[in-house]
Amino acid sequence: MVTGGPALLDAHRARHVAEQVPDPELPMLTLADLGVLRDVEVTVDGTVVASLTPTYSGCPAMAEMRADVAARLRDAGYPRVEIRTVLDPPWTSDWITESGRLKLAEHGIAPPGAAPRGPVSLVLSPTRPAVPCPRCGSADTEETSRFAATSCKALWRCRACREPFEYVKEI
Amino acid sequence: MSDDHVYLTLAEGHEDDTRWAYGTGFEDPLHGVDTTVPEGVDAEALAAECVALADDALVSAQRLAEWVTRAPELEEEVALANIGLDLLGQARLLYSRAGQADGTGRDEDAYAYFRDAEDFRNVRLAELPGGDFAFAVVRLLVLSSWRLAHFRRLEAHPDPVLAAVAAKGVKELTYHRQYAAEWCVRLGDGTDESHRRMRAALDEAAPYLGELHTAYDVRDEVAEDLRQVTEAAGLTLPVHRPLPGSGRAGEHTEHLAPLLTELQGVARAHPGATW
Repeated sequence: MVTGGPALLDAHRARHVAEQVPDPELPMLTLADLGVLRDVEVTVDGTVVASLTPTYSGCPAMAEMRADVAARLRDAGYPRVEIRTVLDPPWTSDWITESGRLKLAEHGIAPPGAAPRGPVSLVLSPTRPAVPCPRCGSADTEETSRFAATSCKALWRCRACREPFEYVKEI
Repeated sequence: MSDDHVYLTLAEGHEDDTRWAYGTGFEDPLHGVDTTVPEGVDAEALAAECVALADDALVSAQRLAEWVTRAPELEEEVALANIGLDLLGQARLLYSRAGQADGTGRDEDAYAYFRDAEDFRNVRLAELPGGDFAFAVVRLLVLSSWRLAHFRRLEAHPDPVLAAVAAKGVKELTYHRQYAAEWCVRLGDGTDESHRRMRAALDEAAPYLGELHTAYDVRDEVAEDLRQVTEAAGLTLPVHRPLPGSGRAGEHTEHLAPLLTELQGVARAHPGATW
């Protein structure tokens, strides 16, 4: 395992390379912004071990993320790369970094609020707080669909500026 | 993008590039996860539990996918397909875990594509034909409420892999249950026609509710969810004598085999293919 000196520097560099890989479905975010890159280390034999966690169990982008990270690391001069899956603790939208949230908003996608903690009850009255419009900032918005083009997003509409927008769900 | 480029992209990673047409291949969804079965965990029982939960999810996902191009609105097709995708993801993880635990080393495809109806352990409610949209949302409410209650208990399972799959699934199932509940209320408390169809859907589902057992007693949680939703929807949950038999024992309706024929057809026609 890593003990320090050049190996540690190497691990820093490998981590930096892996962190810059864009998400295949939200390309304005890096995997580090999204919070799915859990760990990068370099073993004594020089293998880079990168650990990824899925956002959703069925996220079809996982295979592509794994392939992208491996390819970037190989291009950066690490011939031996291993990508591990980490399931625990499960990813929540709280793992999206502050800079990731800013980038989402800049691209017209509303970032998630705080993820619920503990069991979530059924809510049958329309009391869920509105999501501010990422374009005009109005709170006069409504959900049009709980599910959108990717698992992690919902579809909303702004009643003030009339623009539809996507919203990364709290999970 | 030129045709050559598409071909190269698809063929990438395959030694034998004559197979490119089958796609780019699945990877083990548990790759790199520590797969040791902890001491004190009955590996066979763990595998059986994973297979049953995976079968519920796979069969449900197939029925949900049937709504694509057929749902009342495009948004609902996207929603039902997304929910199916979550369940398919859960199934893949659970099948992989089962193959590790039962010592056979079978991969997810062996479970999904190369078992026959009598080997499936899903509850029968999951396999019933799609029918009406009202039935789709009633079934989704029942199955997601039940699975959610079960997964909450499984978060404390001594097998860390099953516990982690459950912890991830709880978040997804919470959304599925909420979606189904909102549709049940909207249709139950809607027009006379939608109300009538919701009642018919509850009548159709009710005989299968008795089959929803788990190793944990989650009946109260499920009953409370159903009570809350039916009350808000102006409906009553009909009382039906449970049908004899159980999908968990491999006893299925006549509807499972045709579903599997469609699901498994390509995999069986091209054994060993990846896509």
